[in-house]
Amino acid sequence: MNTSSDKKTKIAIRELYKIFGADPESVLPLVKDGMSKAELMENHRHVLGLNNINVDIKEGDITVMMGLSGSGKSTLIRHINRLIEPTAGRVELDGTDIVEMNEKELRHLRREEMSMVFQHFALLPHRTVLENAGMALDVRGVPRAEFESEANKWLDRVGLQGVGDQYPHQLSGGMQQRVGIARALSSNSPVMLMDEAFSALDPLIRTDMQDLLLDLQEELQKTVVFISHDLDEALKLADHLVILNQGHVVQQGEPQEILMKPNDPYIVDFISDINRARVLRVRSVMEETTQRPENVAGEVDYDDNLESVIARSEGQTGLTYCVMRNGEQVGVLKMTDLVKALVPTAAAADGLRSGAA
Amino acid sequence: MATYDFVFRSLGLEDWCTAGGDNAAPMSMDALIAQSSGQEASTSIWDLPFPSMDALNDACAAFPQSRNVTLGLENGFLAVKDSISVVLDPITQPLSWMLEGALYGILNTPWWIVIPALMLIVWMVSKSWQLLTFVAISIGGLAFIDYYSYAMQTLAIIMVCAFLCVLFGVPIGIAMSRSDRMRAGTIPILDMLQTLPPFVYLIPLIFLFSVTEPKLYGIAIILYAIVPVIRLTDLGIRMVDESVIEAADAFGMTDRQKLYGVQIPLALPNIMAGVNQTIMMSLAMVVIASLVSAPGLGVLVLRGINNLELGVGLISGLGIVLLAVMLDRTTKAALNRINAAQKG
Ligand SMILES: Nc1ncnc2c1ncn2[C@@H]1O[C@H](COP(=O)(O)OP(=O)(O)O)[C@@H](O)[C@H]1O
Ligand SMILES: [Mg+2]
Repeated sequence: MNTSSDKKTKIAIRELYKIFGADPESVLPLVKDGMSKAELMENHRHVLGLNNINVDIKEGDITVMMGLSGSGKSTLIRHINRLIEPTAGRVELDGTDIVEMNEKELRHLRREEMSMVFQHFALLPHRTVLENAGMALDVRGVPRAEFESEANKWLDRVGLQGVGDQYPHQLSGGMQQRVGIARALSSNSPVMLMDEAFSALDPLIRTDMQDLLLDLQEELQKTVVFISHDLDEALKLADHLVILNQGHVVQQGEPQEILMKPNDPYIVDFISDINRARVLRVRSVMEETTQRPENVAGEVDYDDNLESVIARSEGQTGLTYCVMRNGEQVGVLKMTDLVKALVPTAAAADGLRSGAA
Repeated sequence: MATYDFVFRSLGLEDWCTAGGDNAAPMSMDALIAQSSGQEASTSIWDLPFPSMDALNDACAAFPQSRNVTLGLENGFLAVKDSISVVLDPITQPLSWMLEGALYGILNTPWWIVIPALMLIVWMVSKSWQLLTFVAISIGGLAFIDYYSYAMQTLAIIMVCAFLCVLFGVPIGIAMSRSDRMRAGTIPILDMLQTLPPFVYLIPLIFLFSVTEPKLYGIAIILYAIVPVIRLTDLGIRMVDESVIEAADAFGMTDRQKLYGVQIPLALPNIMAGVNQTIMMSLAMVVIASLVSAPGLGVLVLRGINNLELGVGLISGLGIVLLAVMLDRTTKAALNRINAAQKG
């Protein structure tokens, strides 16, 4: 997980607004002037879906959009392949505005550039697993004989050998979602959209699927947009984390940074009951220095989580570790800092809302 | 003299009434009775007549009587009938040909080809030995008592009409599922077709076509039986899981790919349920249509009623029940096989 800033922006979402209702254009100026979602509903009977969204999605990253139910996550991800038309704003893929595309260009985009995985799988119940996995190719007009090998390859890759002839309803939820992922992968599109792809699965299976996704991502380096309402999942997967509330972006950035410097009470609430020792990494709490301190108790890796360091220290709080990255020292970790970091941060007063759009 | 005189007097229309009095329709029954018994129209509030057309006509001869309404409708219909026939006749002519062809075909093919062919169809559709046995015994039984040709005529008519119902009903249902406006416009017509007693649509059809033409009963059957297949096609497509449609969109399917690859296959159980009902309703109508010269078992039922031939009436009734059960079980078996293939 290196910093995202040096990567190319694959998808740029700019000043995106979505208002649901009879005449969204008429109330757009009110929203731009700062009317709240509740007020808009109360006085004008329109639902504020998205409010001035600006997000850069970097190539090869997993960008996780997180928020409570109803915060606008599904609405936002459906703007990326324009399953929902925006009220105002732009969505650019490699610099081309998707909102301006005509029907043919849009179809090309959906067939070749983007694929999608759904919360409730949305497989075609009357087609076999193999046909489902090859659906993207079938839609493009690739004959069955040709897409079969491609579909089989991806079914194998997601761990589904020998079920190609079965129908989706014969598989468990976890297996169905593997078919959903194979279907998205076989389209060979550079962008993969995942709307709460693992939320309907049992916790253990969900963990498996997260590992599978990280595994695949290491190999394929796709641009993944992942929606989740589960912070643990978001922190596990995200290179870039976007937190939504009531249709606007409350804070976005590197997950560790959001954990250490939440800028909104909403986020503080959100992160208050996670296991910080497991999700925080050494690099987020260390002091950056190349000077070797005295009384070094040992060396820890830059990307280790705090839990593993605590285990090594056997609970002693007086120790100091050297932080290593690729065999070189990049910082120093004092156990006292580590313990302090385990206490949830109150929202940094000056940072409040500064990141909110 | 009449109760509602005052209405016309107060409106100052007396002149109009008397002026138009000459072309007033014949005296209504009430007036005639009142006149012959020599009594003045009673003024008691208990006897106050509803201000109907006839009552108003009593007061003002220029006011039309209610029989003018039915007469007007009839005259209007007769006036446009010819121009309607000019358009409708050629369009519906193929229906006559199809019915004639089917009837000719099924009666002039030897029984030892027709019966095995029917068995083969039943087997392919249902894959059920029990059903096949039942059909074999039923048809064999009807043939044994020399009701074979009547039963086959009924079957031929039903097959042609049900086929046309599906041919037109499914596309109409699809169009309804795609456009709310089309749906809003079609539903009242379907409601009307479904609630009108079947005898009622025979009336205008008899005026439009000659009773000897097969298309007369063909149209009556199709109008009556097409409703369920339209409704259930529309319903079936509208009920297709939205998330599956969304997935189809997300992978860039065209409307056509979506229709043939997703919506119709997933609506198929509902469409088949509609086809089943359509066939059953055609069967009900084909009996009534024997009034307008539809051949088949219905003719025998009619003979049983007209000549009080109890045995003929009962046996042909039983034949209709057997046909109904055969058709119902066969289409339901097909439906179950579709359901089994794509549940979930
Ligand atoms: N088609 C729609 N019409 C009206 N309101 C909608 C529609 N779709 C979503 N919304 C509203 O937009 C908000 C965001 O919904 P959604 O994107 O589904 O949230 P999430 O996926 O984060 O749970 C909700 O308040 C929801 O009620
Ligand atoms: Mg959602």
